[in-house]
Amino acid sequence: MTRRLLTMIGAFGLVIGLMAGTPAWAVNPDEMLSNPVLEKRARDISQELRCLVCQNQSIDDSDAELARDLRVLVRERLIAGDTNEEAIDYIVARYGDYVLLNPPLKPETYILWASPAVLAILALLAVFAFYRRKQREASNATTSLSRDEQARLDEILGTSNGDKKS
Amino acid sequence: MRFSIAVIPLVLFAALAGVFLMNIDKDSSVVPSVLIDKPAPEFSLPPLPGREAGLSRADVTKGEVSVLNVFASWCIPCRAEHPLIKRLSREADVPVYGLNYKEKDPQDGVKWLAELGDPYAAVGMDLSGRTGIDFGVYGVPETFIIDGAGQIRYKHVGPVTADVLEDVLLPKIAELKE
Repeated sequence: MTRRLLTMIGAFGLVIGLMAGTPAWAVNPDEMLSNPVLEKRARDISQELRCLVCQNQSIDDSDAELARDLRVLVRERLIAGDTNEEAIDYIVARYGDYVLLNPPLKPETYILWASPAVLAILALLAVFAFYRRKQREASNATTSLSRDEQARLDEILGTSNGDKKS
Repeated sequence: MRFSIAVIPLVLFAALAGVFLMNIDKDSSVVPSVLIDKPAPEFSLPPLPGREAGLSRADVTKGEVSVLNVFASWCIPCRAEHPLIKRLSREADVPVYGLNYKEKDPQDGVKWLAELGDPYAAVGMDLSGRTGIDFGVYGVPETFIIDGAGQIRYKHVGPVTADVLEDVLLPKIAELKE
């Protein structure tokens, strides 16, 4: 019984290991550069660039024809001596900021970048206000009764006391 | 105090609904071109097999408004828009140039134009797709309007329809010709 369980766990682990070990990149062997340093840089750049045909994949992931052309182009730029930034700028000059999967920080995108922080601060303020109110309500509840309320309470208690005594 | 808090979600909802309403007709697959109001990129393309003249930047910088239509024989929407490109070249009274984008076989473009008719003043063959990339092309068909100074002034992504031709392209060309 335990042996069977162990075998199953082992098989499961093997499957997970195999899945993790072979990421399904779209890069074909004939596109790759022989220089491993340049190839690594090309891969890093490709993962930052959006495939405009499929839009939610990077050109590194995409099988689209244009993605392939752009991967080859990025490699050519690197061979020509471009830095990573220069190669990325070359693509951005043609397709705009939209090709960048990470939007750049500039006046048009300030709202985009600031919104998580602004929302977090608003949420914190809301939580703070909520607890402040709760606390105030709780302290209000312990303050003394108004004169009318006290009189009414005395009346009720007085009557019930009287009842007990008699 | 309590009333104002109750109104906040309503206001947020209304604002969000407004944003959605404003964008409901927008096609999210259309990416605005960064090349608008920039000079057309340098290019020089060979002619289709059996023809004399190719297409280069000199053709679109002759001092007159021109149209550059990116097409391919393998592109189905291009076939659909072709009659309208013919209409455009008849009605707009400006040269309409063709950029034959990434054919597998150079003859494919020739056959396609022989079959459907050739409305183009000149056609350049972009087998590698590099000129396409320089123009920021990401899907055929695309249609550029270039002014007399050689600046890209408008780009239409996707097939030209009768509505696009009449309401957008022809008025834009007329405006630039003045």
